[in-house]
Amino acid sequence: MAIELTRDKVREVARLARLKLTDEEVETFTSQLGHVLEYVDILSEVNTDGVEPMAHAVEQFNVLRDDAVRESLPREAALANAPKTDGRYFQVPQILESS
Amino acid sequence: MNYTVVVGLEVHVQLLTASKLFCACANKFNPDNPNVQTCPVCLGLPGSLPVMNRKAFELSLKTAMALDCGIARFTKWDRKQYYYPDLPKAYQISQYDLPYSHDGHLDVKTDDGEGVRRVGIIRVHLEEDAGKNMHDESGRGQDSQVDLNRCGTPLMEIVSEPDIRTPGEARRFLEEMKLLLTYIGVSDCNMQEGSLRCDANINLHIPTDDGGHVATPIVEVKNMNSIRNVELALEYETTRQFREFQETGVKLGDPGGNKVTRGWDANRNVSFEQRGKEEASDYRYFPDPDLVPVTVTEEQLDAIRGETCELPTPRRARFQSEFGLSEYDASVIIDQGPALADYFETVAQGSDGKQAANWVTQDVLREMNERKVDIDEFAIRPDVLSSILKRVTDAEITIKSGREVFAALLADADADIPISIKRIDRIIEERGLKAVSAAGELEGIIATVIERNAQAANDFRNGKQAAIGRLIGEVMRECKGADAKAVRAMLVDELSK
Ligand SMILES: [Zn+2]
Repeated sequence: MAIELTRDKVREVARLARLKLTDEEVETFTSQLGHVLEYVDILSEVNTDGVEPMAHAVEQFNVLRDDAVRESLPREAALANAPKTDGRYFQVPQILESS
Repeated sequence: MNYTVVVGLEVHVQLLTASKLFCACANKFNPDNPNVQTCPVCLGLPGSLPVMNRKAFELSLKTAMALDCGIARFTKWDRKQYYYPDLPKAYQISQYDLPYSHDGHLDVKTDDGEGVRRVGIIRVHLEEDAGKNMHDESGRGQDSQVDLNRCGTPLMEIVSEPDIRTPGEARRFLEEMKLLLTYIGVSDCNMQEGSLRCDANINLHIPTDDGGHVATPIVEVKNMNSIRNVELALEYETTRQFREFQETGVKLGDPGGNKVTRGWDANRNVSFEQRGKEEASDYRYFPDPDLVPVTVTEEQLDAIRGETCELPTPRRARFQSEFGLSEYDASVIIDQGPALADYFETVAQGSDGKQAANWVTQDVLREMNERKVDIDEFAIRPDVLSSILKRVTDAEITIKSGREVFAALLADADADIPISIKRIDRIIEERGLKAVSAAGELEGIIATVIERNAQAANDFRNGKQAAIGRLIGEVMRECKGADAKAVRAMLVDELSK
């Protein structure tokens, strides 16, 4: 049961990923992503009854570390890539939360 | 109208670890120094890899077990994707379909104080916290500021079943939750600092003529920064939803009857509608390929069970059975937190349970409040108080003298004189507080006093009841440790001869 990929779905996914697509790009990606999905869909021909879903690609568990503090980055370094900062905070266009 | 209020709570709790959940940055409330506790992992820089903090997972297990949850033997972490400035990776590492725990409960008292409401816990899961946004409140549309110190710190999400039936039950649920979590030491639950946060889902079931009911649209209330505010917000919502239903008749699921989010304005005591988040939660969860699953063994759970202290509910019951306390007294002591309960237990073990409860819940709490100190800083340590009480129960001193010793010790402490059990002996001696238990000695004093006050004695014999006061006063001055009631009885006896 192949997934029907529509232009609206592509626009929706692009919006969620904050990508701005032209109508032409929507056209291209609908077709290209559609092919990718079709290809992956070949997997659904395999009978997976009674097979546990795989949680991770490697057969490894319990990679944990001790609760120890190490030095963090200096603030200057933390803010180095910020498009806008006042030297203490990251600055972003005003967030509207309430009406 | 006899409608039913239906409330479910979602509680977020910050864990008391030294470092963050997936990196070694400090997990510390530090609002005055923004953006000094970050690294490539919690900044979401490309190429960095998260590694799970073992302690955070253990504290989470401990919490879920204290809530009587089932523990999954296999658990994994997923990415919850959304864009927000306080979330630099644009996804939060959380748990979706295989949380580490499920199906627990927490019991709370019903509003009448008699019944118990068992509130189901759907799940507890472990996720990372986001950073903190600070908004410009001037209204001039200035930039928002983002502090990522908190970003990536370990956060538990505890989701209750919609089993809560009144705003008061919601408050007690949170009080009991806070008590439990501080008892087992997994969180400090400081709501001001945001280490305990709560969102509430509420709607009403309104009975219909056919014996069924209709449900009002579910409202999620956010922004409540104290337990009291949760109660107030739910009271407000109850009234508001009922009024709105009467005006519009809109039910859950009708057009315009979808779940909405409202914020709580604690200054004006009203809730207000918030703009809906984009397309109701299209979070596109998928397993985080950067983290491998975690398995849990029975031995691990046993070890945690072994190191978990006695929980508040069984401890309340034990205080009643072991020390003969009333349910009320047991709760007053337990609800103050583990430190006061430990203090009480030390006092009670060396003396008498009920006496200890009276002193701890009245004298000690009063003096603590007056001095604005915690029980750990309170000058009279439990072994000293226990020693005072033992002298009272052994009739070495009267209760009244006991209080005098207690006050004298506090005065000493205020004057920086060290307090010890020896000091009690000194005070008793200096002030002549030793109870005169040998009746003979007291009889002698009474006889002398009557002799010295022949006039008053005669007045009493002639029916002037008040005259005895002078005699009692004089006897008490002679021997401070005497019990005034007993002295009066002996005087009356003597004068009636
Ligand atoms: Zn970090």
